[in-house]
Amino acid sequence: MKVVLPFIAVVVLALLALVGVTLAHQVEFFFGVIVPYTAVAVFIFGFIYRVLQWAKSPVPFCIPTTCGQQKTLPWIKHDKLENPVTTLQVVGRMLLEVLVFRSLFRNMKTEMTDGKIVYGSEKLLWLAGLAFHWTFFFIFARHFRFFFQDVPSILSMMEGVDSFFQVGAPLFYMTDAVILGAVTFLIFRRVYLPQIRYISLASDFFPLFLIFGIALSGILMRYMFKVHIVAVKQFAMGLVSLSPIIPQGIGAIFYVHLFLICTLLIYFPFSKLMHMGGVFLSPTRNMANDSRMVRHINPWNYPVHVHTYAEYEDEFREKMKKAGLPVEKE
Amino acid sequence: MAKLPTPEELMKLNYNPPQDENWMDKPVELKPGNICWGAKGKNLKIVEFPNARDWSPVEADWKLPQDWEGTVLEAMADRLSKYRSFKIFMDICVRCGACADKCHFFIGGGDPKNMPVLRAELMRSVYRKYFTNSGKYLGKLAGARELDLGVLKEWWYYFYQCTECRRCSVFCPYGIDTAEITMMAREFTNLLGLNTDWISGPVANCYMKGNHLGLEPHAIMNSVEGMVDDIETITGIRINPSFNRKGAEILFVTPSGDLFADPGTFTAMGYMMLFHELGLDYTWSTYASEGGNFGLFTSNEMAKRLNSKIYAEAKRLGVKYIIGGECGHMWRVLNQYMDTWNGPADFMEVPKSPITGTVFDNAASTKMIHVTEFTADLIKNGKLKLDPTRNDDLVVTYHDSCNTARGMGLLEEPRYIINNVCNKFHEMPENTIRERTFCCGSGTGLNASENMELRMRGGLPRANAVKHVTEKYGVNTLANICAIDRATLSASMDYWVPGTRVAGVHELVANAMIMTGEKERETNLRGEPLPGKGGNE
Repeated sequence: MKVVLPFIAVVVLALLALVGVTLAHQVEFFFGVIVPYTAVAVFIFGFIYRVLQWAKSPVPFCIPTTCGQQKTLPWIKHDKLENPVTTLQVVGRMLLEVLVFRSLFRNMKTEMTDGKIVYGSEKLLWLAGLAFHWTFFFIFARHFRFFFQDVPSILSMMEGVDSFFQVGAPLFYMTDAVILGAVTFLIFRRVYLPQIRYISLASDFFPLFLIFGIALSGILMRYMFKVHIVAVKQFAMGLVSLSPIIPQGIGAIFYVHLFLICTLLIYFPFSKLMHMGGVFLSPTRNMANDSRMVRHINPWNYPVHVHTYAEYEDEFREKMKKAGLPVEKE
Repeated sequence: MAKLPTPEELMKLNYNPPQDENWMDKPVELKPGNICWGAKGKNLKIVEFPNARDWSPVEADWKLPQDWEGTVLEAMADRLSKYRSFKIFMDICVRCGACADKCHFFIGGGDPKNMPVLRAELMRSVYRKYFTNSGKYLGKLAGARELDLGVLKEWWYYFYQCTECRRCSVFCPYGIDTAEITMMAREFTNLLGLNTDWISGPVANCYMKGNHLGLEPHAIMNSVEGMVDDIETITGIRINPSFNRKGAEILFVTPSGDLFADPGTFTAMGYMMLFHELGLDYTWSTYASEGGNFGLFTSNEMAKRLNSKIYAEAKRLGVKYIIGGECGHMWRVLNQYMDTWNGPADFMEVPKSPITGTVFDNAASTKMIHVTEFTADLIKNGKLKLDPTRNDDLVVTYHDSCNTARGMGLLEEPRYIINNVCNKFHEMPENTIRERTFCCGSGTGLNASENMELRMRGGLPRANAVKHVTEKYGVNTLANICAIDRATLSASMDYWVPGTRVAGVHELVANAMIMTGEKERETNLRGEPLPGKGGNE
């Protein structure tokens, strides 16, 4: 159920675009203009809304998870990146987390062998996660060539690197292969590994199938069902210059690709994909372990009912005196 | 009480959850040996907790208040607005599963709901139903479910099977900390009067009498007096600790467990011998006679109420700063909560060692330092005369407490001390120490006796690592800096790795420390003969 339903959903979405634009050309305006604008708006405002919602809740306590030696005596080596105390060190820790998935790199596998528990190396998830996110970013950035009249040189450079292993024309991008491989692995482990399968929800499979669909339609469009590339650029330029046009003969596969991307954009702010914003706000990672050096303020700290020393002495005064303890009141 | 299975029986583990089962469809089963007794009404009443009555988790009727669902959901909305951690951790988990096999209870038991991700999903599923649109409309498909009695019982069972050790949060790519979620679950259950006897008893004791054990002022003094006698027998030196003394330079606070039972008492003797040898101007307090804080295992407010005594007493006595003893969760509180709750401690001075002159800028605000920070500085500056051969019968390994490791980063100080007071020290495998250390299995108030199966399961990963170094290096001593460890690891070692002793770091210090004017020592602090006196063996 939780695997099949999301799969069907993505197939239906793709067919919707395909059948739609094939049957009636008028529908192109819907898929080519209304949906993209809506999707971008939902994504931007939804994303900001979610982050603001999080930010509205305060961080009452200084709760970094420390993963290295604290800063104490001058002759004990302080682990600045795993247990930061300054803002700069926190930035360093966050960069490691966001750019190379530091915490996930620690991953290992717990197994029972010969009546003993052993911890083996397990870097595949880290590798696949890293490959997936970085290629996604590369491909995303590459697409900006469609939105500039003159392609910025940084993009051309990226394309140069990406197509380093040239296998005929058009240029073959390594990232295309890597993202399909990585997403396939991420789907596969959710189905195959008993623990992961047990914890997975439909909402874990849906974005994976969706992104697979996006990548696949993009690749098909590029290498097999060639679309009219000049028309696509015309179309993209029209969208960003807020004067949308629908050029003739772009090809139905393009609308499938576009519609799946729009679905992703709309789905994004309402889903776990918001981890993209959330990771920056995670208090166990983005705080300095300086709570003994500087007082952390809790905005909702309120007075509480305590048992005072005076009450304590009142109860035990006789016993205290008998034991020779000093008392405040005789 | 449930019969404790044998180690062989407990080791029959399966880490693979059943394939075509939806965890939501599987009702919770409160297994005997894995749950604590319910709280007593009188203890809840003492601290003014709601729905105070005697209750038992094994009875069908939990005597819940009217509209308890409303109470929980209202509290959930409130905490979501107060804790960014809670809100974010409800939203951003991608269920990558990196945490799944990192929890000691999962490793020792194989119950899939002890995978941290699923423990959190027990809460998230309810969050989605009432606080997100997808959950509201798509229900189970979106991983959402309604809050009902079955869910509440499941929460109670599994959130009182999490020791807030934070190991999962080390491996999580977003730093999701199950401890934050467990803390919320415990807040909610406490609103319904659903605490355990083993937590609520110490909380009530600590509130009224100043310590978890409920030791009254004269009982504390008697206990210390007994240790003073033992010290005299061993060293020939009579020391004279003071209590509630105004004008002392330093207030010393340690968990009351150190005053009560072996092997914690040996650690307490260690502190006293050290402070005496230094001529430290310090005092104990009978009012603030607890460093630990079982309030932390009930609610934020209760933890603050108990913790308030430390600063209040420091102020009343007019001390310059505070030294804290060896304890795990005590230091989570002191490092990450105390100043925020009950500060600013501007009536004290930045701690400065009167022996070495070292200023502890790392405690510039809280004015409270860890005793191993203090002692490591002494040793580094050559202020202690040490004869580590007195510990030569001990082959030592060191267990990092969860809280000092992952809620503070106190990793090197105790190791430096051990390496200076012991000749034989071997680390456990790196995946099981420092920030990756395993819980003793009985933290957050789970160190009762009726849940021994759970404790031994949770203690397995730590014991497994100890066993490894026992076989490899002949390790026979598990050193630590935690009063709960001293009690609970003793039990789990007896069960999993018999013959392993559990010792506080300052017990080892005091064994090795040559005191001015001491007689030729015949025994260690435990009264066992010293190995080849003088160290020529």
